Amino acid sequence: MPPDGLLDCRGVTVRFGGVLALDEVDFSARDRAVTSIIGPNGAGKTTLLNAISGVVPLAGGGISLSGRDLSQSPPHIRARAGVVRTFQNLEIFTNMSALENVMTGCHCQVRYSVLDSLLKTPRYFAGERKARAKAMDCLEFVGLADSAQTPAGDLPFGRQRLLELARALAARPGILLLDEPAAGLNMKETRVLGGLIRRIRDEQGVAVVLVEHDMDLVMGISDQITVLAFGQVIAKGAPLEVQKDPEVIAAYLGADDRD
Amino acid sequence: MQGLKKDLLLTGAFLSALCLAPWVLPSGYYLTVLIMCCLNAMTVVGLNLLLGYAGQISLGHAAFYGLAAYTTAILTTTLGLPVALGMLAGVGLAALVAFVIGIPTLKLSGNYLAMATLGFGVIVYIFLNETVGLTGGPSGFTGIPRLNAAGLTLSSDRSYYYLTAAVLCAVVLLSLNLIRSRLGRALRALHTSEKAAQAVGIDIARYKLFIFVLSAAFAGAAGVLYAHYLTFIAPSSFGFLFSVELLVMVVLGGMASVWGSVTGAFFLTALPEFLRMFENVEIIIYGAILILCMMFLPRGLAGGVSSLAVRLRGRARPGEDDHAS
Repeated sequence: MPPDGLLDCRGVTVRFGGVLALDEVDFSARDRAVTSIIGPNGAGKTTLLNAISGVVPLAGGGISLSGRDLSQSPPHIRARAGVVRTFQNLEIFTNMSALENVMTGCHCQVRYSVLDSLLKTPRYFAGERKARAKAMDCLEFVGLADSAQTPAGDLPFGRQRLLELARALAARPGILLLDEPAAGLNMKETRVLGGLIRRIRDEQGVAVVLVEHDMDLVMGISDQITVLAFGQVIAKGAPLEVQKDPEVIAAYLGADDRD
Repeated sequence: MQGLKKDLLLTGAFLSALCLAPWVLPSGYYLTVLIMCCLNAMTVVGLNLLLGYAGQISLGHAAFYGLAAYTTAILTTTLGLPVALGMLAGVGLAALVAFVIGIPTLKLSGNYLAMATLGFGVIVYIFLNETVGLTGGPSGFTGIPRLNAAGLTLSSDRSYYYLTAAVLCAVVLLSLNLIRSRLGRALRALHTSEKAAQAVGIDIARYKLFIFVLSAAFAGAAGVLYAHYLTFIAPSSFGFLFSVELLVMVVLGGMASVWGSVTGAFFLTALPEFLRMFENVEIIIYGAILILCMMFLPRGLAGGVSSLAVRLRGRARPGEDDHAS
Protein backbone atom coordinates (compact mmCIF):
# COMPACT_ATOMS: atom_id res chain seq x y z
CA MET A 1 0.00 0.00 0.00
CA PRO A 2 1.69 3.23 -1.06
CA PRO A 3 1.66 5.74 1.79
CA ASP A 4 1.46 8.67 -0.64
CA GLY A 5 -2.04 7.69 -1.76
CA LEU A 6 -4.05 10.65 -3.03
CA LEU A 7 -7.30 8.77 -2.63
CA ASP A 8 -7.52 6.33 0.25
CA CYS A 9 -10.35 3.90 0.87
CA ARG A 10 -10.04 1.80 4.01
CA GLY A 11 -12.33 -1.10 4.81
CA VAL A 12 -15.05 0.25 2.53
CA THR A 13 -18.20 -1.81 3.03
CA VAL A 14 -21.45 -1.34 1.09
CA ARG A 15 -24.62 -3.34 1.62
CA PHE A 16 -27.74 -3.49 -0.52
CA GLY A 17 -30.25 -5.08 1.83
CA GLY A 18 -28.81 -8.49 2.60
CA VAL A 19 -26.26 -8.38 -0.22
CA LEU A 20 -22.72 -7.47 0.70
CA ALA A 21 -21.64 -5.56 -2.42
CA LEU A 22 -18.29 -4.44 -1.05
CA ASP A 23 -16.62 -6.25 1.81
CA GLU A 24 -13.94 -4.21 3.57
CA VAL A 25 -12.28 -3.05 0.39
CA ASP A 26 -8.95 -1.27 0.72
CA PHE A 27 -8.20 0.80 -2.33
CA SER A 28 -5.86 3.64 -2.99
CA ALA A 29 -4.86 5.73 -5.96
CA ARG A 30 -1.65 7.66 -6.34
CA ASP A 31 -1.30 11.15 -7.71
CA ARG A 32 -0.44 11.45 -11.40
CA ALA A 33 -1.15 7.79 -12.03
CA VAL A 34 -3.81 5.69 -13.72
CA THR A 35 -5.23 3.17 -11.28
CA SER A 36 -7.57 0.62 -12.82
CA ILE A 37 -10.22 -1.48 -11.16
CA ILE A 38 -11.04 -4.70 -12.98
CA GLY A 39 -13.03 -7.78 -12.15
CA PRO A 40 -15.82 -9.99 -13.44
CA ASN A 41 -19.36 -8.66 -13.77
CA GLY A 42 -20.97 -8.04 -10.41
CA ALA A 43 -17.62 -7.80 -8.63
CA GLY A 44 -18.49 -4.37 -7.23
CA LYS A 45 -16.40 -2.12 -9.46
CA THR A 46 -19.09 0.44 -10.16
CA THR A 47 -20.28 0.18 -6.57
CA LEU A 48 -16.79 1.14 -5.44
CA LEU A 49 -16.87 4.21 -7.71
CA ASN A 50 -20.34 5.03 -6.38
CA ALA A 51 -19.07 4.71 -2.82
CA ILE A 52 -16.10 6.97 -3.57
CA SER A 53 -18.25 9.61 -5.27
CA GLY A 54 -20.90 9.43 -2.56
CA VAL A 55 -23.78 8.05 -4.61
CA VAL A 56 -24.20 5.07 -2.27
CA PRO A 57 -23.75 5.31 1.51
CA LEU A 58 -21.03 3.38 3.32
CA ALA A 59 -21.97 0.65 5.76
CA GLY A 60 -18.44 0.77 7.08
CA GLY A 61 -14.95 2.06 6.41
CA GLY A 62 -13.69 5.45 5.34
CA ILE A 63 -12.74 7.44 2.26
CA SER A 64 -10.30 10.31 2.17
CA LEU A 65 -8.80 12.51 -0.51
CA SER A 66 -5.37 14.05 0.24
CA GLY A 67 -5.95 13.29 3.90
CA ARG A 68 -9.37 14.97 4.01
CA ASP A 69 -12.08 12.62 5.25
CA LEU A 70 -15.04 12.55 2.84
CA SER A 71 -16.85 9.47 4.17
CA GLN A 72 -19.93 11.40 5.27
CA SER A 73 -19.97 14.15 2.63
CA PRO A 74 -22.76 14.36 0.06
CA PRO A 75 -21.78 13.90 -3.62
CA HIS A 76 -21.57 17.60 -4.51
CA ILE A 77 -19.20 18.32 -1.62
CA ARG A 78 -16.96 15.47 -2.75
CA ALA A 79 -17.06 16.83 -6.29
CA ARG A 80 -15.95 20.23 -5.00
CA ALA A 81 -13.18 18.53 -3.03
CA GLY A 82 -11.95 17.08 -6.33
CA VAL A 83 -13.68 13.71 -6.70
CA VAL A 84 -15.16 14.03 -10.20
CA ARG A 85 -16.63 11.16 -12.17
CA THR A 86 -18.24 10.04 -15.40
CA PHE A 87 -21.00 7.47 -15.72
CA GLN A 88 -21.26 4.06 -17.29
CA ASN A 89 -24.62 4.95 -18.85
CA LEU A 90 -24.00 8.43 -20.17
CA GLU A 91 -25.44 11.22 -18.06
CA ILE A 92 -25.00 14.20 -20.35
CA PHE A 93 -27.41 17.12 -20.24
CA THR A 94 -29.36 16.52 -23.43
CA ASN A 95 -31.27 19.79 -23.07
CA MET A 96 -28.14 21.88 -23.61
CA SER A 97 -25.49 22.44 -26.25
CA ALA A 98 -22.15 20.69 -25.91
CA LEU A 99 -20.56 23.95 -24.80
CA GLU A 100 -23.22 24.54 -22.13
CA ASN A 101 -22.68 21.00 -20.85
CA VAL A 102 -19.03 21.72 -20.26
CA MET A 103 -19.78 25.19 -18.87
CA THR A 104 -22.00 23.46 -16.33
CA GLY A 105 -18.91 21.53 -15.37
CA CYS A 106 -17.27 24.87 -14.52
CA HIS A 107 -20.13 25.64 -12.12
CA CYS A 108 -18.04 25.79 -8.99
CA GLN A 109 -15.19 27.79 -10.49
CA VAL A 110 -17.29 30.75 -11.56
CA ARG A 111 -18.53 32.23 -8.38
CA TYR A 112 -20.77 35.16 -9.22
CA SER A 113 -23.92 35.46 -7.14
CA VAL A 114 -27.62 35.20 -7.94
CA LEU A 115 -27.84 38.97 -7.84
CA ASP A 116 -24.99 39.24 -10.35
CA SER A 117 -26.89 37.02 -12.77
CA LEU A 118 -30.25 38.73 -12.22
CA LEU A 119 -28.80 42.22 -12.78
CA LYS A 120 -26.06 41.24 -15.25
CA THR A 121 -23.26 42.96 -13.39
CA PRO A 122 -19.70 43.15 -14.80
CA ARG A 123 -18.87 40.27 -12.48
CA TYR A 124 -21.43 38.15 -14.34
CA PHE A 125 -19.86 38.90 -17.72
CA ALA A 126 -16.34 38.24 -16.39
CA GLY A 127 -17.49 34.93 -14.89
CA GLU A 128 -19.27 33.82 -18.06
CA ARG A 129 -16.24 34.72 -20.18
CA LYS A 130 -14.04 32.67 -17.90
CA ALA A 131 -16.42 29.69 -17.94
CA ARG A 132 -16.72 29.85 -21.72
CA ALA A 133 -12.95 29.99 -22.21
CA LYS A 134 -12.35 27.13 -19.82
CA ALA A 135 -15.12 25.07 -21.42
CA MET A 136 -13.71 25.68 -24.90
CA ASP A 137 -10.28 24.56 -23.67
CA CYS A 138 -11.78 21.33 -22.38
CA LEU A 139 -13.73 20.72 -25.60
CA GLU A 140 -10.56 21.39 -27.55
CA PHE A 141 -8.68 18.92 -25.38
CA VAL A 142 -11.05 16.05 -26.15
CA GLY A 143 -11.40 17.12 -29.80
CA LEU A 144 -14.96 18.41 -29.72
CA ALA A 145 -14.31 22.10 -30.33
CA ASP A 146 -16.08 21.92 -33.69
CA SER A 147 -19.26 20.64 -32.03
CA ALA A 148 -19.47 23.32 -29.34
CA GLN A 149 -22.87 24.63 -30.42
CA THR A 150 -24.38 21.24 -31.28
CA PRO A 151 -27.22 20.12 -28.99
CA ALA A 152 -25.60 17.47 -26.79
CA GLY A 153 -28.34 14.96 -27.54
CA ASP A 154 -27.60 15.16 -31.28
CA LEU A 155 -23.96 14.09 -30.92
CA PRO A 156 -23.13 10.50 -31.87
CA PHE A 157 -22.53 8.14 -28.97
CA GLY A 158 -18.73 8.20 -29.10
CA ARG A 159 -18.68 11.98 -29.01
CA GLN A 160 -21.13 12.04 -26.12
CA ARG A 161 -18.62 9.96 -24.17
CA LEU A 162 -15.92 12.52 -24.97
CA LEU A 163 -18.30 15.31 -23.99
CA GLU A 164 -18.81 13.74 -20.60
CA LEU A 165 -15.07 13.54 -20.21
CA ALA A 166 -14.73 17.23 -21.12
CA ARG A 167 -17.40 18.17 -18.61
CA ALA A 168 -15.60 16.22 -15.89
CA LEU A 169 -12.30 17.91 -16.75
CA ALA A 170 -14.00 21.31 -16.52
CA ALA A 171 -14.93 20.53 -12.93
CA ARG A 172 -11.21 20.64 -12.13
CA PRO A 173 -10.80 17.10 -10.79
CA GLY A 174 -8.23 16.18 -8.16
CA ILE A 175 -9.02 12.62 -9.06
CA LEU A 176 -11.03 11.57 -12.08
CA LEU A 177 -13.18 8.45 -11.81
CA LEU A 178 -14.05 6.94 -15.19
CA ASP A 179 -16.75 4.26 -15.19
CA GLU A 180 -16.31 2.10 -18.29
CA PRO A 181 -15.45 4.99 -20.61
CA ALA A 182 -14.76 2.64 -23.53
CA ALA A 183 -18.09 0.82 -23.36
CA GLY A 184 -19.79 1.13 -26.74
CA LEU A 185 -16.76 2.66 -28.46
CA ASN A 186 -15.16 1.12 -31.54
CA MET A 187 -11.46 0.27 -31.63
CA LYS A 188 -10.40 3.59 -33.11
CA GLU A 189 -12.42 5.56 -30.59
CA THR A 190 -10.99 3.45 -27.78
CA ARG A 191 -7.45 4.23 -28.96
CA VAL A 192 -8.24 7.95 -28.94
CA LEU A 193 -9.69 7.58 -25.46
CA GLY A 194 -6.56 5.78 -24.25
CA GLY A 195 -4.44 8.62 -25.58
CA LEU A 196 -6.64 11.17 -23.82
CA ILE A 197 -6.44 9.38 -20.49
CA ARG A 198 -2.65 9.33 -20.81
CA ARG A 199 -2.61 13.04 -21.56
CA ILE A 200 -4.91 13.74 -18.63
CA ARG A 201 -2.37 12.04 -16.40
CA ASP A 202 0.78 13.40 -18.00
CA GLU A 203 -0.18 16.90 -19.17
CA GLN A 204 -2.82 17.84 -16.65
CA GLY A 205 -1.29 15.89 -13.77
CA VAL A 206 -4.64 14.44 -12.76
CA ALA A 207 -4.94 11.05 -11.13
CA VAL A 208 -7.33 8.72 -12.93
CA VAL A 209 -9.28 5.77 -11.54
CA LEU A 210 -10.47 3.60 -14.39
CA VAL A 211 -13.14 0.91 -14.26
CA GLU A 212 -12.99 -0.89 -17.59
CA HIS A 213 -13.61 -4.21 -19.30
CA ASP A 214 -11.42 -3.55 -22.32
CA MET A 215 -8.25 -5.37 -21.24
CA ASP A 216 -6.05 -3.92 -24.00
CA LEU A 217 -6.90 -0.44 -22.80
CA VAL A 218 -6.43 -1.31 -19.13
CA MET A 219 -3.13 -3.12 -19.58
CA GLY A 220 -1.85 -0.43 -21.91
CA ILE A 221 -2.36 2.64 -19.75
CA SER A 222 -2.56 1.52 -16.13
CA ASP A 223 0.17 2.19 -13.61
CA GLN A 224 -1.56 0.12 -11.00
CA ILE A 225 -4.41 -2.39 -11.11
CA THR A 226 -6.75 -3.54 -8.38
CA VAL A 227 -8.75 -6.69 -9.02
CA LEU A 228 -12.14 -7.15 -7.38
CA ALA A 229 -14.20 -10.34 -7.20
CA PHE A 230 -17.37 -10.79 -5.18
CA GLY A 231 -16.85 -7.49 -3.40
CA GLN A 232 -13.36 -8.25 -2.24
CA VAL A 233 -9.90 -7.25 -3.41
CA ILE A 234 -8.15 -10.35 -4.69
CA ALA A 235 -5.04 -8.75 -6.14
CA LYS A 236 -3.30 -5.47 -6.75
CA GLY A 237 -0.13 -4.49 -8.50
CA ALA A 238 1.39 -3.45 -11.81
CA PRO A 239 -0.33 -4.78 -14.97
CA LEU A 240 2.20 -7.53 -15.56
CA GLU A 241 2.07 -8.76 -11.97
CA VAL A 242 -1.71 -8.86 -11.98
CA GLN A 243 -1.83 -10.73 -15.27
CA LYS A 244 0.38 -13.46 -13.80
CA ASP A 245 -1.48 -13.73 -10.49
CA PRO A 246 -2.99 -17.24 -10.34
CA GLU A 247 -5.96 -16.09 -8.28
CA VAL A 248 -6.80 -13.45 -10.87
CA ILE A 249 -6.50 -15.95 -13.67
CA ALA A 250 -8.82 -18.31 -11.88
CA ALA A 251 -11.39 -15.71 -10.92
CA TYR A 252 -11.33 -13.41 -13.84
CA LEU A 253 -9.33 -14.09 -16.94
CA GLY A 254 -10.37 -17.74 -16.97
CA ALA A 255 -8.48 -20.74 -18.30
CA ASP A 256 -9.57 -19.99 -21.88
CA ASP A 257 -7.45 -16.89 -22.00
CA ARG A 258 -4.32 -18.95 -21.27
CA ASP A 259 -4.76 -21.17 -24.29
CA MET B 1 -23.48 40.05 -24.32
CA GLN B 2 -25.41 39.01 -27.43
CA GLY B 3 -28.05 37.20 -25.40
CA LEU B 4 -28.66 40.18 -23.14
CA LYS B 5 -29.06 42.56 -26.06
CA LYS B 6 -31.63 40.30 -27.66
CA ASP B 7 -33.50 39.91 -24.38
CA LEU B 8 -33.52 43.66 -23.74
CA LEU B 9 -34.71 44.36 -27.28
CA LEU B 10 -37.50 41.79 -27.13
CA THR B 11 -38.64 42.86 -23.67
CA GLY B 12 -38.58 46.49 -24.75
CA ALA B 13 -40.65 45.71 -27.83
CA PHE B 14 -43.08 43.68 -25.74
CA LEU B 15 -43.46 46.50 -23.20
CA SER B 16 -44.11 49.03 -25.97
CA ALA B 17 -46.71 46.74 -27.49
CA LEU B 18 -48.40 46.38 -24.12
CA CYS B 19 -48.38 50.15 -23.64
CA LEU B 20 -49.91 50.75 -27.05
CA ALA B 21 -52.59 48.10 -26.62
CA PRO B 22 -55.15 50.26 -24.70
CA TRP B 23 -55.37 52.67 -27.64
CA VAL B 24 -56.50 50.02 -30.09
CA LEU B 25 -58.85 48.17 -27.74
CA PRO B 26 -62.56 48.70 -28.44
CA SER B 27 -63.62 49.08 -24.80
CA GLY B 28 -62.31 49.55 -21.28
CA TYR B 29 -63.45 46.05 -20.41
CA TYR B 30 -60.57 44.60 -22.37
CA LEU B 31 -58.17 46.47 -20.12
CA THR B 32 -59.31 44.20 -17.28
CA VAL B 33 -58.64 41.19 -19.47
CA LEU B 34 -55.17 42.52 -20.29
CA ILE B 35 -54.40 43.10 -16.61
CA MET B 36 -55.42 39.52 -15.86
CA CYS B 37 -53.24 38.37 -18.75
CA CYS B 38 -50.23 40.18 -17.26
CA LEU B 39 -50.89 38.80 -13.76
CA ASN B 40 -51.25 35.24 -15.00
CA ALA B 41 -48.17 35.62 -17.18
CA MET B 42 -46.08 36.62 -14.14
CA THR B 43 -47.18 33.50 -12.29
CA VAL B 44 -46.74 31.25 -15.32
CA VAL B 45 -43.23 32.53 -16.06
CA GLY B 46 -42.30 31.72 -12.46
CA LEU B 47 -43.95 28.31 -12.65
CA ASN B 48 -42.08 27.57 -15.87
CA LEU B 49 -38.76 28.34 -14.17
CA LEU B 50 -39.69 25.61 -11.71
CA LEU B 51 -41.35 23.14 -14.06
CA GLY B 52 -39.85 23.74 -17.49
CA TYR B 53 -36.30 24.54 -16.49
CA ALA B 54 -35.70 22.76 -13.17
CA GLY B 55 -38.18 19.94 -13.85
CA GLN B 56 -39.98 20.22 -10.50
CA ILE B 57 -43.76 20.19 -10.58
CA SER B 58 -46.08 22.25 -8.40
CA LEU B 59 -49.81 21.66 -8.27
CA GLY B 60 -50.19 24.25 -5.52
CA HIS B 61 -49.08 27.46 -7.15
CA ALA B 62 -52.51 29.06 -6.83
CA ALA B 63 -51.98 28.86 -3.07
CA PHE B 64 -48.97 31.20 -3.20
CA TYR B 65 -50.97 33.60 -5.34
CA GLY B 66 -53.84 33.45 -2.85
CA LEU B 67 -51.69 33.66 0.27
CA ALA B 68 -50.03 36.82 -1.01
CA ALA B 69 -53.37 38.34 -1.99
CA TYR B 70 -54.91 37.65 1.41
CA THR B 71 -51.82 38.83 3.29
CA THR B 72 -51.87 42.25 1.71
CA ALA B 73 -55.69 42.40 1.97
CA ILE B 74 -55.64 41.76 5.70
CA LEU B 75 -52.67 44.02 6.42
CA THR B 76 -53.98 46.99 4.45
CA THR B 77 -57.71 46.67 5.12
CA THR B 78 -58.05 45.13 8.59
CA LEU B 79 -54.89 46.65 10.03
CA GLY B 80 -54.82 49.77 7.87
CA LEU B 81 -51.14 49.52 6.95
CA PRO B 82 -49.81 51.28 3.83
CA VAL B 83 -50.52 49.38 0.61
CA ALA B 84 -46.87 49.24 -0.46
CA LEU B 85 -45.99 47.59 2.84
CA GLY B 86 -48.83 45.11 2.52
CA MET B 87 -47.71 44.17 -0.96
CA LEU B 88 -44.13 43.60 0.15
CA ALA B 89 -45.36 41.50 3.05
CA GLY B 90 -47.57 39.47 0.72
CA VAL B 91 -44.71 38.61 -1.61
CA GLY B 92 -42.46 37.99 1.39
CA LEU B 93 -44.92 35.61 3.02
CA ALA B 94 -45.41 33.64 -0.21
CA ALA B 95 -41.64 33.25 -0.47
CA LEU B 96 -41.29 32.34 3.20
CA VAL B 97 -44.02 29.70 3.04
CA ALA B 98 -42.42 28.27 -0.11
CA PHE B 99 -39.10 28.10 1.72
CA VAL B 100 -40.61 26.27 4.71
CA ILE B 101 -42.66 23.74 2.75
CA GLY B 102 -39.98 23.42 0.07
CA ILE B 103 -37.40 21.94 2.41
CA PRO B 104 -39.32 18.70 3.03
CA THR B 105 -41.34 18.46 -0.21
CA LEU B 106 -38.53 19.07 -2.70
CA LYS B 107 -36.87 15.87 -1.49
CA LEU B 108 -39.69 14.18 -3.37
CA SER B 109 -39.82 13.92 -7.11
CA GLY B 110 -42.28 13.30 -9.92
CA ASN B 111 -45.74 12.17 -8.87
CA TYR B 112 -44.89 12.41 -5.18
CA LEU B 113 -43.91 16.06 -5.46
CA ALA B 114 -47.13 16.67 -7.40
CA MET B 115 -49.15 15.07 -4.58
CA ALA B 116 -47.33 17.01 -1.86
CA THR B 117 -47.81 20.38 -3.56
CA LEU B 118 -51.42 19.46 -4.33
CA GLY B 119 -51.92 18.77 -0.63
CA PHE B 120 -50.39 22.12 0.26
CA GLY B 121 -52.73 23.89 -2.16
CA VAL B 122 -55.76 22.15 -0.65
CA ILE B 123 -54.68 23.04 2.89
CA VAL B 124 -54.32 26.72 2.01
CA TYR B 125 -57.69 26.66 0.24
CA ILE B 126 -59.41 25.16 3.30
CA PHE B 127 -57.61 27.60 5.59
CA LEU B 128 -58.83 30.58 3.55
CA ASN B 129 -62.38 29.20 3.62
CA GLU B 130 -62.55 28.31 7.29
CA THR B 131 -60.85 31.23 9.08
CA VAL B 132 -63.90 33.40 8.55
CA GLY B 133 -62.89 35.99 11.13
CA LEU B 134 -59.61 36.64 9.38
CA THR B 135 -60.38 36.13 5.70
CA GLY B 136 -64.13 36.53 5.44
CA GLY B 137 -64.47 32.87 4.52
CA PRO B 138 -66.12 31.62 1.33
CA SER B 139 -68.02 34.86 0.75
CA GLY B 140 -64.77 36.69 0.22
CA PHE B 141 -62.85 39.70 1.45
CA THR B 142 -64.10 43.11 0.43
CA GLY B 143 -62.98 46.71 0.61
CA ILE B 144 -59.32 46.27 -0.24
CA PRO B 145 -57.85 49.70 -1.03
CA ARG B 146 -56.48 50.57 -4.46
CA LEU B 147 -52.74 50.98 -4.74
CA ASN B 148 -51.43 54.36 -3.62
CA ALA B 149 -47.68 54.59 -3.38
CA ALA B 150 -45.64 57.73 -2.76
CA GLY B 151 -48.71 59.96 -2.95
CA LEU B 152 -49.60 58.48 -6.32
CA THR B 153 -52.98 56.82 -6.47
CA LEU B 154 -53.39 54.41 -9.33
CA SER B 155 -57.13 54.68 -9.40
CA SER B 156 -57.68 54.40 -13.12
CA ASP B 157 -57.55 50.99 -14.72
CA ARG B 158 -55.19 52.33 -17.32
CA SER B 159 -52.50 53.45 -14.89
CA TYR B 160 -52.84 50.17 -13.03
CA TYR B 161 -52.46 48.35 -16.31
CA TYR B 162 -49.18 50.15 -17.02
CA LEU B 163 -47.94 49.13 -13.61
CA THR B 164 -48.74 45.43 -14.13
CA ALA B 165 -47.23 45.54 -17.63
CA ALA B 166 -44.02 47.01 -16.20
CA VAL B 167 -43.88 44.43 -13.42
CA LEU B 168 -44.45 41.63 -15.93
CA CYS B 169 -41.60 42.89 -18.10
CA ALA B 170 -39.34 43.07 -15.05
CA VAL B 171 -40.26 39.47 -14.17
CA VAL B 172 -39.59 38.37 -17.75
CA LEU B 173 -36.23 40.12 -17.92
CA LEU B 174 -35.09 38.82 -14.53
CA SER B 175 -36.09 35.30 -15.55
CA LEU B 176 -34.24 35.52 -18.85
CA ASN B 177 -31.17 36.81 -17.04
CA LEU B 178 -31.39 33.98 -14.57
CA ILE B 179 -31.64 31.36 -17.29
CA ARG B 180 -28.55 32.66 -19.08
CA SER B 181 -26.31 32.17 -16.09
CA ARG B 182 -24.58 29.45 -14.14
CA LEU B 183 -27.77 29.21 -12.10
CA GLY B 184 -29.86 28.60 -15.19
CA ARG B 185 -27.42 25.93 -16.32
CA ALA B 186 -27.51 24.31 -12.88
CA LEU B 187 -31.34 24.21 -13.02
CA ARG B 188 -31.41 22.67 -16.48
CA ALA B 189 -28.68 20.24 -15.44
CA LEU B 190 -30.59 18.92 -12.43
CA HIS B 191 -33.65 18.61 -14.64
CA THR B 192 -31.89 16.10 -16.94
CA SER B 193 -29.62 14.29 -14.49
CA GLU B 194 -29.46 14.94 -10.78
CA LYS B 195 -26.57 12.47 -10.54
CA ALA B 196 -24.48 14.26 -13.13
CA ALA B 197 -25.30 17.68 -11.68
CA GLN B 198 -24.07 16.57 -8.27
CA ALA B 199 -21.01 15.00 -9.87
CA VAL B 200 -19.82 18.45 -11.00
CA GLY B 201 -20.45 19.97 -7.58
CA ILE B 202 -23.97 21.39 -7.94
CA ASP B 203 -25.91 21.45 -4.67
CA ILE B 204 -29.20 20.30 -6.16
CA ALA B 205 -31.28 20.65 -2.97
CA ARG B 206 -30.28 24.29 -2.68
CA TYR B 207 -31.09 25.15 -6.28
CA LYS B 208 -34.45 23.37 -6.18
CA LEU B 209 -35.36 25.32 -3.06
CA PHE B 210 -34.15 28.58 -4.55
CA ILE B 211 -36.19 28.25 -7.72
CA PHE B 212 -39.25 27.11 -5.76
CA VAL B 213 -39.02 30.22 -3.55
CA LEU B 214 -38.44 32.54 -6.52
CA SER B 215 -41.33 30.98 -8.39
CA ALA B 216 -43.60 31.45 -5.35
CA ALA B 217 -42.44 35.05 -5.06
CA PHE B 218 -43.45 35.73 -8.68
CA ALA B 219 -46.85 34.17 -7.97
CA GLY B 220 -47.02 36.32 -4.85
CA ALA B 221 -46.28 39.48 -6.83
CA ALA B 222 -49.16 38.64 -9.14
CA GLY B 223 -51.36 37.89 -6.13
CA VAL B 224 -50.85 41.23 -4.39
CA LEU B 225 -51.40 43.13 -7.64
CA TYR B 226 -54.59 41.13 -8.15
CA ALA B 227 -55.91 41.98 -4.68
CA HIS B 228 -55.33 45.71 -5.04
CA TYR B 229 -56.79 45.76 -8.50
CA LEU B 230 -60.07 43.92 -7.95
CA THR B 231 -60.37 45.15 -4.31
CA PHE B 232 -62.34 41.95 -3.70
CA ILE B 233 -60.94 38.45 -3.33
CA ALA B 234 -62.48 35.06 -2.56
CA PRO B 235 -60.91 31.65 -1.91
CA SER B 236 -62.55 30.13 -4.97
CA SER B 237 -60.15 32.10 -7.20
CA PHE B 238 -57.17 30.36 -5.62
CA GLY B 239 -58.27 26.73 -5.68
CA PHE B 240 -56.94 23.62 -7.33
CA LEU B 241 -58.50 24.49 -10.67
CA PHE B 242 -56.45 27.65 -10.92
CA SER B 243 -53.25 25.69 -10.16
CA VAL B 244 -54.08 23.34 -12.99
CA GLU B 245 -54.90 26.23 -15.29
CA LEU B 246 -51.46 27.69 -14.59
CA LEU B 247 -49.83 24.36 -15.44
CA VAL B 248 -51.80 24.18 -18.68
CA MET B 249 -50.56 27.67 -19.57
CA VAL B 250 -46.95 26.54 -19.00
CA VAL B 251 -47.33 23.42 -21.11
CA LEU B 252 -49.35 25.07 -23.86
CA GLY B 253 -46.93 27.99 -24.03
CA GLY B 254 -43.92 25.70 -24.15
CA MET B 255 -41.81 24.14 -21.42
CA ALA B 256 -38.53 25.88 -20.70
CA SER B 257 -39.46 29.00 -22.62
CA VAL B 258 -40.02 32.31 -20.87
CA TRP B 259 -41.67 33.90 -23.89
CA GLY B 260 -43.70 30.75 -24.41
CA SER B 261 -45.10 31.17 -20.91
CA VAL B 262 -46.08 34.75 -21.61
CA THR B 263 -47.77 33.62 -24.82
CA GLY B 264 -49.51 30.70 -23.13
CA ALA B 265 -50.82 32.91 -20.32
CA PHE B 266 -52.08 35.62 -22.65
CA PHE B 267 -53.62 33.11 -25.01
CA LEU B 268 -55.50 31.08 -22.41
CA THR B 269 -56.56 34.11 -20.34
CA ALA B 270 -57.96 35.94 -23.34
CA LEU B 271 -59.37 32.90 -25.14
CA PRO B 272 -62.60 32.61 -23.07
CA GLU B 273 -63.38 36.24 -23.93
CA PHE B 274 -63.35 35.41 -27.62
CA LEU B 275 -65.34 32.23 -27.11
CA ARG B 276 -68.17 34.10 -25.34
CA MET B 277 -70.12 34.30 -28.58
CA PHE B 278 -70.41 30.51 -28.67
CA GLU B 279 -72.28 30.56 -25.37
CA ASN B 280 -73.23 26.98 -24.52
CA VAL B 281 -70.48 25.20 -26.40
CA GLU B 282 -67.78 27.61 -25.20
CA ILE B 283 -66.12 25.13 -22.85
CA ILE B 284 -66.16 22.39 -25.50
CA ILE B 285 -64.36 24.63 -27.98
CA TYR B 286 -61.89 25.63 -25.28
CA GLY B 287 -61.13 21.95 -24.66
CA ALA B 288 -60.87 21.19 -28.36
CA ILE B 289 -58.36 24.01 -28.84
CA LEU B 290 -56.22 22.60 -26.03
CA ILE B 291 -56.28 19.12 -27.54
CA LEU B 292 -55.45 20.38 -31.02
CA CYS B 293 -52.60 22.52 -29.71
CA MET B 294 -51.05 19.59 -27.90
CA MET B 295 -51.49 17.30 -30.89
CA PHE B 296 -49.92 19.61 -33.41
CA LEU B 297 -47.64 21.67 -31.17
CA PRO B 298 -46.27 19.14 -28.67
CA ARG B 299 -43.53 21.57 -27.67
CA GLY B 300 -46.07 24.29 -27.05
CA LEU B 301 -46.72 27.56 -28.83
CA ALA B 302 -43.07 28.60 -28.43
CA GLY B 303 -41.86 25.28 -29.82
CA GLY B 304 -44.24 25.62 -32.74
CA VAL B 305 -42.99 29.08 -33.58
CA SER B 306 -39.34 28.04 -33.41
CA SER B 307 -39.81 24.95 -35.59
CA LEU B 308 -41.73 27.10 -38.05
CA ALA B 309 -38.78 29.52 -38.07
CA VAL B 310 -36.38 26.63 -38.68
CA ARG B 311 -38.55 25.36 -41.53
CA LEU B 312 -38.74 28.81 -43.12
CA ARG B 313 -34.99 29.23 -42.80
CA GLY B 314 -34.51 25.77 -44.26
CA ARG B 315 -36.62 26.81 -47.23
CA ALA B 316 -34.80 30.13 -47.56
CA ARG B 317 -31.35 28.58 -47.56
CA PRO B 318 -31.53 26.79 -50.94
CA GLY B 319 -32.85 30.07 -52.31
CA GLU B 320 -29.75 31.87 -51.10
CA ASP B 321 -27.57 29.21 -52.65
CA ASP B 322 -29.35 29.78 -55.95
CA HIS B 323 -28.42 33.43 -55.77
CA ALA B 324 -24.82 32.56 -55.09
CA SER B 325 -24.64 30.20 -58.00
